[in-house]
Amino acid sequence: MTDIFIHIILAMLMPPLLLGVIGKTKALFAGRVGAPFLQPYYDILRLLRKGTVFSTTTTWIFRAGPVVALATTAVAALLIPLGYHSAPISFSGDMILYAYLFALGRFFTMAAALDTGSSFEGMGAAREATYSCLAEPTLFFALITLSRLSGSYSLSEMLSNVTTVVWSYAGASLLLLIGGMFIVLLVENCRIPFDDPNTHLELTMIHEVMVLDHSGPAFAIVQYAAALKLFVLGAFFVRLALPFATGNTLLDWVVFMSSMLGLAVAIGVVESVMARLRLVRVPQLLVAATILAAFSTLLVIR
Amino acid sequence: MSFGMKTFYNGASFARSEIPLLDNDTFFQGVVDSIRGGWRVCSYCGVPTAGGATLYCIMSSRGSSGVLGIASTLVGKTFPSLTRISPQLHLFEREIAEQCLVRPEGHPWFKPVRFQKPLCDGEGVWHDSDGGGLLAGVMDYYRVEGDEVHEVAVGPVHAGIIEPGHFRFQCHGEEVFHLEIALGFQHRGIERTLIGGPSPRTMHLMETIAGDTTIAHGQAYCINMESLEGIYAPPRAEAVRGIALELERLANHTGDLGAIAGDVGYLPTASFCGRIRGDFLNMTALLCGSRFGRGLLRPGGLGYDCDQDIADEILKRLENVRVDLAGAVALLWSTQSVMARLEGVGQLKETDAREIGLVGPAARACGLNRDVRRDHPFGIFRMSQIPVITATSCDVYARAMVRWLEIERSLDFIVEQLSHLPRGGGYRNQSGGKLSANSCAVALTEGWRGEICHLALTDDAGHFECYKITDPSFHNWTGLALALRNQQISDFPLCNKSFNLSYCGFDL
Repeated sequence: MTDIFIHIILAMLMPPLLLGVIGKTKALFAGRVGAPFLQPYYDILRLLRKGTVFSTTTTWIFRAGPVVALATTAVAALLIPLGYHSAPISFSGDMILYAYLFALGRFFTMAAALDTGSSFEGMGAAREATYSCLAEPTLFFALITLSRLSGSYSLSEMLSNVTTVVWSYAGASLLLLIGGMFIVLLVENCRIPFDDPNTHLELTMIHEVMVLDHSGPAFAIVQYAAALKLFVLGAFFVRLALPFATGNTLLDWVVFMSSMLGLAVAIGVVESVMARLRLVRVPQLLVAATILAAFSTLLVIR
Repeated sequence: MSFGMKTFYNGASFARSEIPLLDNDTFFQGVVDSIRGGWRVCSYCGVPTAGGATLYCIMSSRGSSGVLGIASTLVGKTFPSLTRISPQLHLFEREIAEQCLVRPEGHPWFKPVRFQKPLCDGEGVWHDSDGGGLLAGVMDYYRVEGDEVHEVAVGPVHAGIIEPGHFRFQCHGEEVFHLEIALGFQHRGIERTLIGGPSPRTMHLMETIAGDTTIAHGQAYCINMESLEGIYAPPRAEAVRGIALELERLANHTGDLGAIAGDVGYLPTASFCGRIRGDFLNMTALLCGSRFGRGLLRPGGLGYDCDQDIADEILKRLENVRVDLAGAVALLWSTQSVMARLEGVGQLKETDAREIGLVGPAARACGLNRDVRRDHPFGIFRMSQIPVITATSCDVYARAMVRWLEIERSLDFIVEQLSHLPRGGGYRNQSGGKLSANSCAVALTEGWRGEICHLALTDDAGHFECYKITDPSFHNWTGLALALRNQQISDFPLCNKSFNLSYCGFDL
């Protein structure tokens, strides 16, 4: 019970901190002081206090976009085990739900973008659709591999099966897997080298351009949902890449939180040391991620 | 090749009667022949007359002779358009039509330039139905029709803190077929204000033609005023002007490299260059109290002299800045993901660049070896040369690399000049006299964006009858539009930064 409580509290409160850590890491690389760690919280609170403008050309779909995106991500947060603790909700086959919750959220974000009738947002939606199509197979190959290793169709069991012991006999497969999953993590969360979350250039953006017309509380929801998505996908990745357990429940929570912060730093480092890819190159890298994940599946099936 | 043009050197003034008034055929055929022979049009403008306009064409010779030429002709309500033969004239002809209400016959791309009121009374050349050519951005745009072709319109209000301009992309998916750029939102009527001048305000106006090019425009004006008044700036003043001009180039080139890095999402260089640009601006502030060099240049000399303490301080700062900047920029070249973004993006073929008369670093990145500081030296550059840098790959990488190499040359130049400044005062002297009547003066300077051309024509009383300003952006905006053809639309911001053209310098 305590674990479920901690799970929900963490999933609610921790996501924006990851963005703060990424921002701080990038600032350090750039030789700046950078915004405070808590800046993303301030931003969300500031937006929540503002009024919202809804264009008269938009319909309920536009308003539903942020809400559905947040709702689906929040449910996904309940399906994913954090560290060595089982998820609050778990059933056989929830891995499919997990994958398609993101797809549902994305669908509504894209529909809301198209609803505005703006040429920028249409372009952003087209890019998002293309790249998410290409990212999806990677996620599924990863799920197949994990399912094969654990013999289960439930996320909690699949992930709790990954231990240092499994790493010792399926290490090659898992290594390929986390390579592919790191790419998916970056592309799903619109990080450099795929998308630049900080740019103001409408023509180059992917995710940010789709939410240009959202303002005030609606935009706060968009921001928060994006942070939560990073948290949920990050938790999946961290559980695979760092399967360390102490045996003490509370200590394990600490281990989980520090791994997540470490992941945020790693993302910040990646963003600092490389430039964005040309948009035409993005699919090539995504296909490479799929191939990595496919090989990892091959290795466990043989 | 000079078809009876009056030939002269940069910074000269002469009586207007010396400008040959050719008949139309000789003039237009001569301009076409000269361009074919490698001459380039620096400025082409009209002055309204009772029944039409007098057209003046200033051309720059090919090669290192340093010769400029000017000729004029009188036209009625129409004149033949040469744009089909020489695309570099297309904006000039539209501008003449807009200002003087004479129509270039056969112009293939006849649209308003700045949506400004004409300089004379008469019937407009555009239809009332589309705003008569007076409503900014209201005109017929080029359209591509077909399946999967879509139009993306950006601006004039942008997401970033930049000037207003309207861009229309005709896209096929992510690929750009055509980009059309509509400017004029910043039109302030500078040329109209200058008629009847100069006044004590004129120098301040010149410094604000393009705020980031204060020194280069200011110097062009100073050269014209000095030659029309028959005075000279002291050697020390010329040296400090040269230093200020190069500091301006350093600040802007550094800012551009940082902005290019920022656009590809490479933060370290973006942050460092932003800071270092400030360092250069502060050095200019040390000279005159303004980070953009306002108040430093005055006809006849300097507004503020540069004493030895200031020179030593700048030398000391330059030493540190050079190390920092070299480190920050070296990161760009050594990071493969950055190079992958810069190479092969936004290519502008050398032949196209030559045809549209590209100038400045953008032209040099296309392999065109042109630089006013060497070709038509002015001020300190008559004594001290700066080597011209060119590149051949014609892409964003070339434009970034040319900027960096120019930064190195400019740093060397400033150090050399500061370490032995000529003695004597640099303050303004003698100026304020009457301008010679019925005269013409032409000054070219190399701003950081490229060639700046100022043409002054005075009337019987020694007042400006026409003061024509040609900013490098006027030549180069077309280059940006061409560089975008068949590129990814997502690469537009990057290409745009690599040109970094002025809106207000174009709109005047």
